[in-house]
This record gives sequence, structure tokens and C-alpha cells, in this order.
Amino acid sequence: MDFIIGHYNYWIAIFLMMIGFYTVISRGNLVKKIIGLNIFQVSVFLLYISMSTVKGGAAPIITAGVKLYSNPLPHVLILTAIVVGVATTALGLALVVRIKEAYGTIEEDEIHQQDHSL
Amino acid sequence: MTNNLILRVVSKSLIPLIIVFALYVQFHGDYGPGGGFQAGVIMSAAIILYALVFGLDAAEQVIPSTILRILASLGVLIYAGVGVVTLFLGGNYLDYSVLGETRVAGQHLGILLVELGVGMTVFSVMLIIFFAFAGRGRP
Amino acid sequence: MQGHLSLLLVVIPLIAAPVAAILPRGRLSWALALVVAAICAILAGVQLWAVVHDGVISYELGGWAPPWGIEYRIDAVNAIVAMIVAGIAAITLPYALLSAEKEIPEHQLPLFYSAFLLCFAGLLGITQTGDIFNLFVFLEISSLSSYALISLGQKRQALTSAYQYLIMGTLGATFFLIGVGLIYSQTGTLNMMDLALRLPEVSGLKTVHTGFAFIMIGFALKLALFPLHLWLPNAYTYAPTVITVFLAATATKVALYVILRVLFTVFPHDFVSATPTGDLFLLSGMTGVISASIYAIYQVDVKRLLAYSSVAQIGYMALGIGFASSLGVTATIIHLFNHALMKGALFMAVGTIIYRIGSCHMDNIQGLGRQMPWTFGAIVIGGLSLIGVPGTAGFISKWYLVLAALEQQAWIVVAVILIGSLLAVVYIGKVIEVLYFRPAKETHLAVKEAPMLLLAPTWVLVIANIYFGLNTELTVGIAQRAAQVLGVTSG
Repeated sequence: MDFIIGHYNYWIAIFLMMIGFYTVISRGNLVKKIIGLNIFQVSVFLLYISMSTVKGGAAPIITAGVKLYSNPLPHVLILTAIVVGVATTALGLALVVRIKEAYGTIEEDEIHQQDHSL
Repeated sequence: MTNNLILRVVSKSLIPLIIVFALYVQFHGDYGPGGGFQAGVIMSAAIILYALVFGLDAAEQVIPSTILRILASLGVLIYAGVGVVTLFLGGNYLDYSVLGETRVAGQHLGILLVELGVGMTVFSVMLIIFFAFAGRGRP
Repeated sequence: MQGHLSLLLVVIPLIAAPVAAILPRGRLSWALALVVAAICAILAGVQLWAVVHDGVISYELGGWAPPWGIEYRIDAVNAIVAMIVAGIAAITLPYALLSAEKEIPEHQLPLFYSAFLLCFAGLLGITQTGDIFNLFVFLEISSLSSYALISLGQKRQALTSAYQYLIMGTLGATFFLIGVGLIYSQTGTLNMMDLALRLPEVSGLKTVHTGFAFIMIGFALKLALFPLHLWLPNAYTYAPTVITVFLAATATKVALYVILRVLFTVFPHDFVSATPTGDLFLLSGMTGVISASIYAIYQVDVKRLLAYSSVAQIGYMALGIGFASSLGVTATIIHLFNHALMKGALFMAVGTIIYRIGSCHMDNIQGLGRQMPWTFGAIVIGGLSLIGVPGTAGFISKWYLVLAALEQQAWIVVAVILIGSLLAVVYIGKVIEVLYFRPAKETHLAVKEAPMLLLAPTWVLVIANIYFGLNTELTVGIAQRAAQVLGVTSG
């Protein structure tokens, strides 16, 4: 029981990861795939951020009288990863807009149908 | 939404505050939480709010897209340029210590300039993305 | 400035990219990109020379000492891969001028070259950096720009294939990120050399095993290792020709470099040999060689045929990794170099046909070989190199691969390599047959040889194929050196 409760941050990360991953694989709608991809990425961000917590540690800003700080490095890494995620989402959605203009649909199976008929 | 009086008044009074907050986050970034990424996004949120309430054309008059494109490039160039300046001053790339009289002063100046570049690029790229999506399909 | 060499290689294209974006005309951006690529190729050459003669180069970014700061660490392995990337870019760009003007609208050209430079900077960054998270950032820079570049293809399928690549590529990169996070949580460091020091202490932990698996799968996706290759044929077929040439010759090579680095430098040898990694690489390499070659035979679009052949060639490289012997890794690195030469030459030659008639479908190109003799010659020699005929670069890599297989007495692998070469004879033979022995379509009787500006870069690569097939001292010497640096013991 302790094992399950003590690692709750990992359970949340795994749960979100699987939701995102499943959405990417199972949905045929291109926008939903991007949403799934986003959830998948965010779960990884949570994994990093929760890992950096130090029990009883303060926020990593130098303050007089504070000895114990949380690890700031994962925050910095994830700031970079978030920016990458934003760029990926924007590019993905831009592609979806263009696909919609070219095919008139954003459902994967309908797109495949149109291409085979060509 | 252009005709809604409440929205117009509220957003007009909010936008200056958002911009001031963005500047605070930008220039406080070297001592406390903050920095170019966050400030750029907050700053662009102010313009996006303006575009939502007063229309896309009005917002594009405030900041034309050619200027945005130049700003985005300029930001990256400031960032990289700081690195090149440190090279010429005899340090390694992005070694801010050589920028000032003392190590600390140099680091301070360096991070301020770099974050300024980051802020400019993030601000303009967010707006470019917004305008690109919102302006799609217009004549 | 000598000491800053390894850094300038990344920073120059990075600075040039935003400048190229705001230049008013496509030709100006092209000229900038060309100059930058030429400078980088020279720098990469000097770097390779310096590494071979003076040993490892280490550069501390921002003056922070590793493992706290980001370190650029260059040894024989990075130096050769950086040389390939920069060299191919410098050869591709002269080719790009006419080809890109034909396929991409003028107002998009400055952004096209800007994205090209970003992709170039990202790929070089991956090879230069010694920090595993920095590697992720460069990976995303190169991937994001390559998605955008692929989507610029003329047909609408370019959009869907770019989207498909974006989904697969992002999954791969995120897998890599998870793996790095898990390993960071156990070692507290991101510097590759520091990781190599600290991993032996914790290598028994399940977390480390999981992280290792995530990193491998993530990069196998990026590498398009069979059966994770599904994005590659579409992406290569529908991308603008220049981008196909550039990505086929560099992107997969860089991914392979990362796998080599992680397998042999970062993780301890007994850790890797205790996992079934080697066998998995052998298995996927063998199935990849056979099945992708068979797929290639049935293609009717030459670009797509070559794309499937790329998947097969990646299979050969995976075989070398699978042996985990010094001969095997040497063979992989030689093939990495040679494959860049032959696929670059072949895609360029096919690109000149596309430049003339706007298609490379088998029905359209028949008989053109007699009207475009120089292009046809490039395809023949490139094809022979792909098959592995003695006297071409392809023979050298196959030779070393077979030697590595014989050393381990892996007869099945030897058989697979031979069957793969026979299948290559079939699909290259098919292209040559269509190009030369069939009558040309009446509408194409007036098609002339491609302009000099397209032929010259193609033939530079073709001649390189022959040169490195006859003079093996350089490639084999550096590859052996690289295998040594990776610390692969024989057997």
C-alpha cells in the first residue's frame, strides 16, 4: 500500500502518458492525435518536475536562512521541453489546417480513401 | 465583439497592466523567477487580447507582420551576438563573465541581454503563430 | 579562434538561419546558405584533421566546467559524422538553386533556406554536443525544421507524410526524453562522459534498464530502423528533391551516431551485453534488409524505391551494431559514410529527371536514359555502388560487414547480406531497364540533358563513390579509429 501511495506522482505520470499514447494511436481525427501527443508530452514534464522535489526543500531562489532547496535543473530542462512542445503543436496544427484545405477533411481514413482513388 | 462596450473598456484598461507586468517579469528575471520566455508570452497575450476585442486588422496595424518577422530574427541574433561578443573578448561562447568589469557584473549584463533576445523572439513568434492561424482563409 | 572551432560549426548556421529568413529574395538566402555550408564543410574538415592528429577536443560552453556546464566533446566518431553532414550540405546547396526554384514558390524560398539552415545547425549540434539533454534540444531543432521542409513538397501527400513524420518523430523524441529523465534521476548528471563514469554503480537498477530501453526505441524511431520505418518512405517520396537528398544522406546517419554513442560510450559494456540489445539489432537488421529490399522491387515510383532501399541499408548498419565487435562497428561507420555518398548521388540523379519532366514514375521516365546520358550514368554507377560491386564504395562496406559476420561465424547474416545484394541487383536493374531499354514516350522525345548546375554536384558524389571504392585508406582508417574510441573490444 505504501508502495502505491508513496509513488503517486509516478502513477499520475504513467496514467496521463497512457491516455495520451492511446489517443495518438487510436484516434483517426488529426486534431485529436495532436491533443493526445500533447497529453503524452505533458506527462513527461510532470515526471521531471515531480522528480526534482526535495522533501522540505524551498523553491530554488536564494533566501536568507534557508538551507534546503529543491533541484532547479529539471525545471530549466522542462522549460526548454515546453517550448519545444509548443513549437511541435503549432507546426502540427498548421499542417492540419493545410490538410483540411487540400483534402476537405481531417479524418485519417477519408484522407487515405481520397489518395488511393487518385 | 468590437461593439461590446464592457469588453472594450475592460480590455483597454487591462492591456497596459499586462504589458507592465510583462516588462516586470522580463527585467526581474535575472534576480527572481521570470525571464524572456514568460515575459514574451505575457506580452503577446496583451496583443492577442487586443486582436480578439478590436479585430485582427486593428491588431495588425499596431504591429505589422513584417516588423514581427524582423523582431523574431533580431531576438535570435541578439542571443547569438552576445555569444560572439564574448568570443571576441577572449572568453568561451556565452561566457558572460568577460562582459563586465567584474565577473558578477558581466554575468548580470550577459543574462539581461540574452533574456531580452529570448523575450523578443518569443513575443513575436507567438504573435506570428496567432496571426497565421487567425488570418487563414481571409480574402 | 582555433579552439572555438567545434562551436563555430554549430553557431554559424544558427546565426545565418534568422538572417536568411528576412532576406528579401530567394537567391540571396540561397547564396548565404551556400557560403555558410561551405565554411562549415571547411571547419568540419579542419576539425576532423585536428581530432585525428591531436586527439579529443573539449569545449566548455559559457565557461562552465563539465559536468555542470554543457560540454562539446569531439572525438573521431563525431568528427566523421559532422564531416558527412557538412560535406553533404555543401554539395547539396549548389544543386538546390535550380531544383528548389522549380519546386517551391518564390515567396517561400527565404523561409525554405532558413529552415534548411536550422535543420543543418540542429544536425551538426547533435554531433558536436557532449550533453545528452542538449542533444535532445538539437534533435528537436532539426526535426521540427525537417517536418516543415517535407511539407513544402508539391503534391498534397507531402502534407500528410509530414504530419505522419511529425507524430512519429515527436513520439520518438519524447521516448528519448523519458529515458534521459529516468537515467538522470539515478545518476544526477547529463554529461555523457560523466554518465559513463556513474552508470556502472547503478547499472543493476530497473530504472536504468527502463531508461535505456526508452532511449533505444526513441532513436530507433528516428533512425527508421525496421519495423519502425513506416514514416520514411512517404516522407522521402513527397519531400522536395533537395530535402530528400539532404535528409537521406544525413538525418538517419546522425540518428545512428547517437545510437552508437549511447550504446558504446554512455552505457557500460557489460550492461549492454547483458541485455538482448545486440540480438534485437541483428534480428531487425536482417528482417529489414530482406523485407525492405523486396518492397523496393515492387515500387513504381523511383524515389519511393530508393526510400525503401534506404530502409534496407539502415538494416545493414544495424547488423554491424548487432555484432558489437570492433569489425562490426567499423563496418557500420564505413557504411554510414558510403551510404551518404551513394544515396546522395542516386537521389540527386533522380532529382534531375524530376527537374526535366516533373515526375519519376516508371511509366513517365522510360527511355529517358538515352536522352540524358550523364544522369543515366550517375544512376548506373550509384546503383552499382548500392549493390556493392567491387571498385565502388558500396563494396568496401559490404566487404567489412561480411568480414565481421564471418568473424562471429554468423552464417545466416552472411547469407542475408548476399541475398540483400541480389535483391538490390533486381531493383536497380529494373530502374536501368526502364530508363534505357524501353522506348521513350512521344511527349518526352524533346527532353534534353539536365543543366550543368544540377549535374556537377551529382557527379561530385558519383566520383566520390568510385574514389572511396578504390582508396579505402581514409574511410577505413577513420572508421577503425572511431571504433577504437568507442571502446569496442573485438569478439
